[in-house]
Amino acid sequence: MDTLLEQIELGTLWQFPGGIHPPQQKTLSNDKPIARLALPSKLVLPLKQHIGANGQLIVNKGQHVLKGQALTQPSGNWSLPIHAPTSGEITDIAPMPSAHPSALPELSIILTPDGKDTWTELTPVTSIEQLSHQALIDLIHNAGIAGMGGAGFPTYIKADSQRPVEFLIVNGVECEPYITADDMLMREHAEQIVQGIEIMQHLLTPTITLIGIEDNKPEAVDALQNASKHNPNIIVRAIPTIYPSGGEKQLIKVLTSQEVPSGGIPADIGVLVQNVGTLFAVSEAVFKGKPLIERVVTVTGSTITDARNVWALIGTEIKHLLDSQGFEPVEAQRVVMGGPMMGFTLPTVRIPVVKTTNCILAPDNSELAHAGEEKACIRCSACADVCPQTLLPQQLQWFAKGKEYDKLESYNLFDCIECGACSYVCPSEIPLVQYYRVAKAEIREQKIEQINAERAKVRFEARKARLEQEQEERKNRHSRTSSRPAKPAAEKAKVADALSRVTQKQGEKSAVQAAIERAKAKKMADGSVQPDNSEMMQEREKRKEQARQYKAQKQHDDTPNDSKSAVAAAIARAKAKKAAKLSDDQAIADLDTTKPCASETPSPDETKADPRKAAVAAAIARAKAKKAAKPSDGNVPEEVSETAKTHSDTDPRKAAVAAAIERAKAKKAAKLAQEQGSDEAPHVNNPESGSKPELDTADPVNTEADADPRKAAVAAAIARAKAKKAAKLAQEQGSDEAPIANNAESGSKPELDTADSVNTEADADPRKAAVAAAIARAKAKKAAKLAQEQGSDEAPIANNAESGSKPELDTADPVTTEADADPRKAAVAAAIARAKAKKAAKLAQEQGHDEAPLANNAESGSKPELDTGDPVSTEADVDPRKAAVAAAIARAKAKKAAKLAQEQGSDEAPLANNAESVSKPELDTGDPVSTEANVDPRKAAVAAAIARAKAKKKRKEQEGNDPS
Amino acid sequence: MKLTMASSPHNHSQKSVSTLMITVMCACIPGILTQAYFFGFGVLIQLIIALVTATLVEAVILKLRNKPILSTLNDGSAWLTAVLLAISIPPLAPWWITVIGIVFAIGMVKQLYGGLGFNIFNPAMGAYVLLLISFPVQMTSWIPVEQLLGAPIALTDQFSLIFTHTNSAGLTLDNVRTSIDGTTMATPLDAVKTAVSQSFTVSEAMKGAQFSDYAGIGWQWVNVAYLLGGIYLIKTKVINWHIPVSLIATLAICSAIGYIVSPGTQAGSMFHLFSGATMLGAFFIATDPVSACTTNKGRLIFGAAIGLLIYLIRHFGGYPDAVAFAVLLMNMAVPLIEHYTQPRTYGHGAKK
Repeated sequence: MDTLLEQIELGTLWQFPGGIHPPQQKTLSNDKPIARLALPSKLVLPLKQHIGANGQLIVNKGQHVLKGQALTQPSGNWSLPIHAPTSGEITDIAPMPSAHPSALPELSIILTPDGKDTWTELTPVTSIEQLSHQALIDLIHNAGIAGMGGAGFPTYIKADSQRPVEFLIVNGVECEPYITADDMLMREHAEQIVQGIEIMQHLLTPTITLIGIEDNKPEAVDALQNASKHNPNIIVRAIPTIYPSGGEKQLIKVLTSQEVPSGGIPADIGVLVQNVGTLFAVSEAVFKGKPLIERVVTVTGSTITDARNVWALIGTEIKHLLDSQGFEPVEAQRVVMGGPMMGFTLPTVRIPVVKTTNCILAPDNSELAHAGEEKACIRCSACADVCPQTLLPQQLQWFAKGKEYDKLESYNLFDCIECGACSYVCPSEIPLVQYYRVAKAEIREQKIEQINAERAKVRFEARKARLEQEQEERKNRHSRTSSRPAKPAAEKAKVADALSRVTQKQGEKSAVQAAIERAKAKKMADGSVQPDNSEMMQEREKRKEQARQYKAQKQHDDTPNDSKSAVAAAIARAKAKKAAKLSDDQAIADLDTTKPCASETPSPDETKADPRKAAVAAAIARAKAKKAAKPSDGNVPEEVSETAKTHSDTDPRKAAVAAAIERAKAKKAAKLAQEQGSDEAPHVNNPESGSKPELDTADPVNTEADADPRKAAVAAAIARAKAKKAAKLAQEQGSDEAPIANNAESGSKPELDTADSVNTEADADPRKAAVAAAIARAKAKKAAKLAQEQGSDEAPIANNAESGSKPELDTADPVTTEADADPRKAAVAAAIARAKAKKAAKLAQEQGHDEAPLANNAESGSKPELDTGDPVSTEADVDPRKAAVAAAIARAKAKKAAKLAQEQGSDEAPLANNAESVSKPELDTGDPVSTEANVDPRKAAVAAAIARAKAKKKRKEQEGNDPS
Repeated sequence: MKLTMASSPHNHSQKSVSTLMITVMCACIPGILTQAYFFGFGVLIQLIIALVTATLVEAVILKLRNKPILSTLNDGSAWLTAVLLAISIPPLAPWWITVIGIVFAIGMVKQLYGGLGFNIFNPAMGAYVLLLISFPVQMTSWIPVEQLLGAPIALTDQFSLIFTHTNSAGLTLDNVRTSIDGTTMATPLDAVKTAVSQSFTVSEAMKGAQFSDYAGIGWQWVNVAYLLGGIYLIKTKVINWHIPVSLIATLAICSAIGYIVSPGTQAGSMFHLFSGATMLGAFFIATDPVSACTTNKGRLIFGAAIGLLIYLIRHFGGYPDAVAFAVLLMNMAVPLIEHYTQPRTYGHGAKK
């Protein structure tokens, strides 16, 4: 028995089972030499035209490139560059329909030729001996050569095979009907192909090189035989014409009798197969320095008047090819990229020629009839008889239809080469290959899912462990907190007592209940719009970032100093606010929005404002300031609450004002959402729906208040103030905060003046206005300070804040003495302060280790207020509901804070932000309002409701986005 | 421009189920003509009854199953079943035999299992066995070849025999079948079987009037005609050679061995091959794609097993012929055979 090599040398050929003889149709296009197409007006170059990763873009839109210039550079595994097929300008880089059955858009470079066709500098090699192995591989790699037979496997990888290659097989079979591209290339460029073979021989040193050509191409066989005469290691073999003898596995079987193991590659059996087109490209790249920028494409089919082979630049649109060769489309025209057996139909002719495009087939309906209706399989097994892989297509089809994936795999579905022979012969016209493709895809997907499921399992377990650990840590933390001074606990008890007292006194729980109900209803309503608030996510991201900065700062100079931590909380708030504002350069637009909003209010023509509203606002602001100041001065709270006492009866109109504020806010939020990306709608809805209940609340108030027209004026004033502030904020935009501070100062000053003048005419206490102004000043200052440092040392800020808040307190003191002193307001203010303190505490809690002191501080901060609140309630005979409202506010805020605390440390910023924004409009209102008298306590209720609603909304948001 | 999308391959051999079925029916023509020549036109009458019934039954059931009627009828599978059953039953059997057979074949054996491609059993043979068991007298009343009849039966008499059970003279089929010498002429297979059971030798039995040199007069030519039709089918690649060749080879070998072992009680290979429905079974019945094996190895096993069963039943069983039983038995074994005869796929266990 001869050895295999001897048998091969003797000219023995083997047979693979099955195979078919479809009509050849090669004479349509193989009787004319390869033509060169006119330069197209546009080239579309997909970045990825092969198996593997695409290269990295190294050119830009608008850049002028020369012919042969690399447009991408290889990066990563199996990555190939692409080159400019002609000189011209890159007009765009965008996803374009790809040369793939799906035509899914693929990032492509669009090159508009300049018509000059100027080559870039080429570096041809005269002799491959002078190049190292690696240099040669790199040369092939950088020329962007991929297998041109169809699969597009990067050639440099094959050429760099580390395994011994016994047989180098050159595939010139071209078994698909119609296609003659390789045939014509072999006839016209046999020498270059042999050069390419010799380069491969040089790289791979095979024992023998076999060129396989179907015996229906005698000219090609002759040409290659002549060209390779000098090289005894090259054997040209004419093999029987039978489809699919050009399949890699089939050709190996025919030429060497060997079979590539299932799931393996030819290299496993010492075989390497290269297409003739690829070898031609290799020779061009090495000896002429030309990268792969053009290829031979057969343009054929009965609808093509001049069917022939053409040299087409990579990136040429199919339309150009068809038009150049004369295309007369028929009814239900198909345009196939590839041959009739394995090619795929194109959805559009605007698809570019890529490195693997060997044929464009535009058949009419008689030569390639449309597929008929699928009938029942009669198990004739004609498919199995023609299967070159000896599969049982008929059985596979049953399993594929039944989705029996295990069976499919045991029947070797994945050995199917999708040659289409089975579908070709099937008398029932069952699209067998299509079934297999789908089944393969499904099995692959299933496997990926399995892998993912396993990963998810691992992840889940890791998460569980992490959560357990966290819980453990939390437990430890709690125990630590409770082991801290027992005082806070006692104070808490006191707070609770006070609260219960207040509520009891009122005897009107219904109000509280109603508030809760309202809030709940709102929550429900909000729930529907929650799912998509990517918008808010973005914002929250921003805030998170700030929170992180803040945290970092905190960690940096964190001391047991209670006051500092409280101040820090305030700073965080201020910062968050500022950042939000800053990032939002549309802030000015808010002006526009808020103005019309203001005009919506009942009577914008009214000029007189209600000063009492200002009082409420001031109280809130004061409470805040107090909170900040508290740590630094233990006595302050009492003073503040006393200030609160000074407030005269509030007016229902305040409610309307608050409603207006809310409306304005909603508008602003909507604006904000609009400018941002795509899904603003849900966001817009959200704030709107959030503000509605408040409006509803305001309505009854309006009716009973007989619609004080001044509210409109107030609202307008608010809008103005806001716009001013926003504008200011926008102005700074970055480095110089100092001016802002100044602005803020100057902004608040006039208010003060106004307040002063108000004093004289108002029957209520005008000083409240002054206080409010002072607060505003302080805040502005603080914010400015904060902005100034932007870094490590909060201490000065704290100082500043303290000093800022003190004057207010001082102001408040005298106020108490002479004011008509509605004590109930104090209760409200106290409640607000309490809630805020709690919130701050919560905030602090989430922040790692230093939460305890802060919490303590906050608690202690709130206590005095409560204490103050208590006497207030006892001495007050009027409207106990306020207390209830206050309690509700406190509750809502506490809830909010709790929620916030729940979600991962970083989300404090929004809280701070929110708190700030709540108080801000009130502050703003304070000034103009102070000219008016007759304030009603109901406003407080409204404000509370607003706060509640806001808290709920916020919470909802956070719930919706909760990462866990 | 709007382009039409299609999945590859975009070419087709233009072979279809109906052309396959029509080719098979065409291949039956020599056999049918031979049968008509030797046994009268009764076979043609039965053919017409069968074809009409099959069309109606198929249409009704397709209607009931909400399937497209015309396109399914066009595949020709029902007509092929009708043809195969019509040529299997005695030519002058009463019309209702054919009708019952077709209703059962199409309605039960084929459509009840899901229609073409889903039936486990060969419809024609299923119906044949049902008829043979239910109406043994009618199903074994083969008339002798015309040459042996006292007087050839006129076409009108054949009609009335089939439709009214009596001819114009009021004679029943049994009367007609009686030959000149007053004995009922059995089929060659039946005659041999009866003779052997009555302790005659095969050679003695084959001295009967209905025998020629190798097998029964007429029967051997019918078989030759079907053999020719079968060769045509193999030539046109409608059927694979595996089943007929292994079937015939097995039957020949078994009967040869039997003949060598016991020449007195066993007929030779030639007798077996050219008697009864051997060739019809080998080329037209056993090769029914739906109910036969689809792997090449499986086909060889399938054919061989049928050949063996035919021999065993003919020699040891209670029925003179055994093609239908053998085919049905092996139909049941198809899934098993296919499971164990999966071919080696390229690249699997290949020599390195």
